Amino acid sequence: MDAVNIAELSGNIAVVGYGLAAIGPGIGVGLVVSKTIESIARQPELAGRLQVTMWLGIAFTEALALIGLATPFIFA
Amino acid sequence: MVALTGETDLFTAISLLTAEAEEGEFHAPTIAEFYPPAFLFEGTPFEINRIMMIRLIVMVALIVLFWLWTNKFRKSVKTGNVVPGRFQLLGEMALNFVRKSIAHDQLGEKDGERFLPLLTTIFFMVFGMNITGIIPFANIAGTSVVGVPLVLAAAAYVTFIYAGIRRHGMKFFKNSLFPSGVPVAFYTLVTPIELLSTFILRPVTLALRLLMNMIAGHLLLVLCFSATQYFFFHAEGLTQLFGAGTLLFGFAFTLFEILVAVLQAYVFTLLTTVYIQLALADEH
Repeated sequence: MDAVNIAELSGNIAVVGYGLAAIGPGIGVGLVVSKTIESIARQPELAGRLQVTMWLGIAFTEALALIGLATPFIFA
Repeated sequence: MVALTGETDLFTAISLLTAEAEEGEFHAPTIAEFYPPAFLFEGTPFEINRIMMIRLIVMVALIVLFWLWTNKFRKSVKTGNVVPGRFQLLGEMALNFVRKSIAHDQLGEKDGERFLPLLTTIFFMVFGMNITGIIPFANIAGTSVVGVPLVLAAAAYVTFIYAGIRRHGMKFFKNSLFPSGVPVAFYTLVTPIELLSTFILRPVTLALRLLMNMIAGHLLLVLCFSATQYFFFHAEGLTQLFGAGTLLFGFAFTLFEILVAVLQAYVFTLLTTVYIQLALADEH
């Protein structure tokens, strides 16, 4: 017996893929920044040093979201 | 829809996609934005399109800017008149920012001075090419096509490996791939991960982070402004008001793009510095 389509979706799964890929880095960047805010509140004199480390953390966690953005173009 | 056979290459596909859109219908930006037609030396490896032209202009502008700043500085040191004017102050502040808060802070005085030329070049080149994404007649970042990010990431890659080999000799590879303090049995797990993350992912993510930030920013800006044009000129009735919303969003996003331009320059330079620092670091 042939397979029966009971529902059909059309669109680009790459978009769904990117949406899923953006969940992790979104939470990750939120965690990094929130921890930095907390630490600055505890020790304001270290604010400069902590800010630099925060930018590093953001760059690393955001890299995955950006690779997720690149994959539809790679697997064109 | 366009039927693509096996022989159609990427560029033909892209140009077919852009030719599909009719007048008066909204066409969202596609990846073809980043492949404008060449207007000079077409067909040769040196063909100049709009993006290449922008890169060349930024390069000349940076050279002129730095020449003006260093010339003024040298003259002011000679005459003893060391109070800088406004333009000179801008240059000295920018150069000092890279020198003090990136190079000296992370690498210390001696190593910071050693690697300062590379770090300054990376910072100003990335910033100069990023900012053209919002400059009115250029409107596309010089770093939004893979060439410049790739070259800068390759330069950073070669530099941190060079720094490690100069400091530690061939033990640099042993120290990075077989970190100390790990039980020998775990090396089968740790070493491939270290190899991947240190020698493969670092340059790739450096280039991709910059590239994708600029691509995404450009596509969003083009989307906002072409939506504004569509709403104001091709829509009927009340939907024209949506144009005001997209225009406002376009303005806001342009400001955000300025922030992203500076931030990506800072992050690229900072990460290069941190990789150099990690390569130079002694064993605990």
